[in-house]
Amino acid sequence: MSAPVPLLVARCRALPGSAAGKHSLELGRVGESAARVDGIPKTTGEFAYSSDLAAAGMLWGHTVRSRHAHARIRGIEISEAVGMPGVHAVLTHDDVPGEKRYGLEFPDQPVLAIDRVRYFGEAVALVAAEHPEQARRAAAKITVDYEPLEPVVDPERATEQEPLHPDRPTAGHGYLDDPRPNVIRSMVVRHGDPDALGDVSVEGVYEVGIQDQAFLGPESGLAVPDGEGGIDIYVATQWLHVDRDQVAPCLALEPEQVRIHLAGVGGAFGGREDLSMQIHGAMLALHTGRPVKIVYGREESFTGHVHRHPARIWAEHRAALDGRLVAVRMRILLDGGAYASSSTAVVANACAFACGPYRVDNALIESTCVYSNNPPCGAMRGFGAVQTCFAHEAQMDKLAAVLDIDPVELRLLNALEPGDVLPTGQTLTGSFPVAEVIRRAAALDPPEPEELPRDPLRLPGGSGNTTHGQGVRRGIGFAAGFKNICYSEGFDDSCAARVRLFAGGAGELQAEVHCAGAEVGQGVTNVILQVARTELGIESVVLAPASTADVGSAGSASASRMTWMAAGAVQLACRAALEERERTGVDVDVERVYRHPRTWPLDPETGQITGGPAHVSFACAAMKVVAEVDVELGLTRLVWIGTAQDVGKAVNPQAVYGQIEGGTAQGIGLALMEEIQTRGGLITNASFTDYLIPTTLDVPPIVAELVEDPEPDGPYGLKGVGEPPTVVSTAAVLSALRAATGRELARVPVRPDEIVGL
Amino acid sequence: MRIELTVNGERQEADVWAGESLLFALRERLGLPGSKNACEQGECGSCSVLLDGRLVCSCLVLAAQADGHEVVTVEGLAGDGELHPVQDAFVRAGAVQCGFCTPGLVVAAADLLQRSPQPSDDEIREALSGNLCRCTGYQKILDAVSLAASGADA
Ligand code: FES
Ligand code: FES
Repeated sequence: MSAPVPLLVARCRALPGSAAGKHSLELGRVGESAARVDGIPKTTGEFAYSSDLAAAGMLWGHTVRSRHAHARIRGIEISEAVGMPGVHAVLTHDDVPGEKRYGLEFPDQPVLAIDRVRYFGEAVALVAAEHPEQARRAAAKITVDYEPLEPVVDPERATEQEPLHPDRPTAGHGYLDDPRPNVIRSMVVRHGDPDALGDVSVEGVYEVGIQDQAFLGPESGLAVPDGEGGIDIYVATQWLHVDRDQVAPCLALEPEQVRIHLAGVGGAFGGREDLSMQIHGAMLALHTGRPVKIVYGREESFTGHVHRHPARIWAEHRAALDGRLVAVRMRILLDGGAYASSSTAVVANACAFACGPYRVDNALIESTCVYSNNPPCGAMRGFGAVQTCFAHEAQMDKLAAVLDIDPVELRLLNALEPGDVLPTGQTLTGSFPVAEVIRRAAALDPPEPEELPRDPLRLPGGSGNTTHGQGVRRGIGFAAGFKNICYSEGFDDSCAARVRLFAGGAGELQAEVHCAGAEVGQGVTNVILQVARTELGIESVVLAPASTADVGSAGSASASRMTWMAAGAVQLACRAALEERERTGVDVDVERVYRHPRTWPLDPETGQITGGPAHVSFACAAMKVVAEVDVELGLTRLVWIGTAQDVGKAVNPQAVYGQIEGGTAQGIGLALMEEIQTRGGLITNASFTDYLIPTTLDVPPIVAELVEDPEPDGPYGLKGVGEPPTVVSTAAVLSALRAATGRELARVPVRPDEIVGL
Repeated sequence: MRIELTVNGERQEADVWAGESLLFALRERLGLPGSKNACEQGECGSCSVLLDGRLVCSCLVLAAQADGHEVVTVEGLAGDGELHPVQDAFVRAGAVQCGFCTPGLVVAAADLLQRSPQPSDDEIREALSGNLCRCTGYQKILDAVSLAASGADA
């Protein structure tokens, strides 16, 4: 059963043919920098994003969302909206054909709110109309009768308040049994003797605000009924098959009747792991019998997707006088918001990476994530590890100060290496060059301080012209961190790839590859083509559009796993295809499923490994940051960043540098400016006017070094590269600001008044 | 209402609502979805076009205001089978990831080089500071603009 595709790119004007010819790009093999295959259409405007799609007879969908963080729904009045001009459908929870709830890991989120809303922005009703403005106006005429309820907004009190999910959706999944209300998951890692005393001890309480993925292309997609009861959904997503598996039951359809096709994705960073418009668009399309497109506005995007978990972290580090870490004790509280999403994995990551890439023989790490009526949180680049890295690196700097040891030396002294044992009891194997990334980053020379006077653009405050340099202090900071690559804790992870080998017109061998790995901007398309060219030894390879209709699941473009998994699957399928063609002498079409080495769950009581490793692989990074801070006004300017990252093997070095630079910028954002602000659970800054992300004037030059120490289990020795830069950069920026100001700065994003000490 | 304008050198007519932005008209009525909508508030620059040769956020211009005027969108930059030097440099420098910011940045960078063919690094940073990119961290975008300015065929 294949999809009706013709509608998609048709509207775009094609470039004159010769352009492609003149600018044909070297596409490269594994290890070579290769220009993106989608680069030209993306620069000319021809590339079709999910928001660019159109189909004959298309309607526009719109979602009515809650303006309350917590309320009972007494009734929904739609009759006025139904009669508005251009309106073809108005739907509520009554119209959900199948399962009323869905979820990435636990079905705890209603497709449309039933009798209660649990967060500001929760979807309540749907409208389809001929013009988007008609849909918006009709939506404004839907009256929802709310009875406001007291919102659960303080995560520290959540475990004593009325449960938001009395049926405890995440209980019984093998986690620590924690009967307190509103606990999504709690976890304890107990290792060695957590009471062991050192010669010195440092403590701190750290806080991380809610960060948003703020991908530039808002959630959007097009749902097209197939005329036989099924549906094709063209959408920007991170994992096509898990979308299908959530969508089909809610529509009361068989999985084969729901075909998810990847439309152009305008960035993801974790924020597209959870469903957005998929079920809603499909409901409207099936109801009206017409294609329906939904495109979120920026405000809706900010409220409509999950965010990075905000955290409070209590930490104590004990060390011997020579600098060796003796024990780490840490308590981590994460606010998951209204629905579970991927919170359980965030809890586990927060525990697993709490101590940083350092040898710690004795540890007690507790991590809890709660339900609340704050914005729902889920996946964002580096999840769990970003929050704890900020805390453990602040602690390492404090220890260095107390012990009067150079901060880089202290990190080197404690750096993990293969053969060491993690607090979860897992022995490190394979590649893990922590000392090497620390040394390489530390060896990078920052520029000399720039003379005054200078162009205000190169001073804190920038073109605001707030200083001539008086009150400006320079600080150099350093941080190291690590994160797992691929899914963990026993998750049966896989990626499928299909390779068709056939003779072209002149008898030359050609290949078509199918893989559902989501190209979200990270460059997996190039990876797939580079691997196929390398394995098949031919140039003529094309990648078919990603769809659930013609290849098995690729898993998610997340957890720094997509390059690893897609490379593994395409390599396997190419080798099998060559072998089969050799044997049969005819055109072949083979599909293979790749699995990385198995992992095992952690013991729910002790957080120790059971039966085997809980993680497949780890990647580390270290970063040096130079900042200038106007200590009178609290304004900051980053001057320079140098970083070294453990990448295993760079499949496409240009793209790897791009990931490091982009990932670093997102960490800078969390350090200096990015926070979803709430009052009583209501988001108060859902726009790019009020939620700031770094611009060209905020991100300094970044010098990156790739440390290529091949990972024995990774295809071609590669590791994922997307997350480590985001994990370390927030911590590294804060280290520089502390060096410049002498203040503790225990909360990110840092506010000017904290820098000034108000 | 009916408007008449020149888009990428061609005369065009469209029926628009009074409240519709030029961005909406370009994307939904004139078949030119290259300009992107990422904020509709003038904050991100994804919708950048040239209106009578001046760089504007098309989300902040009413379609009706463009009546009788001349618009150049990202689709109009490449000519005669050649990419615009800025487009070519973006591809070669690795300045494109998800690419959602790219059309706006390409238009803004082309406008900068038109006004200032050899911009300094600070000038480039300042000129592009109204264009948000979430993926690249900007380094390769700045590289691309310098590359285009140098005229080097990398
Ligand atoms: S869409 Fe116009 S500036 Fe963002
Ligand atoms: S490349 Fe994705 S926003 Fe710039």
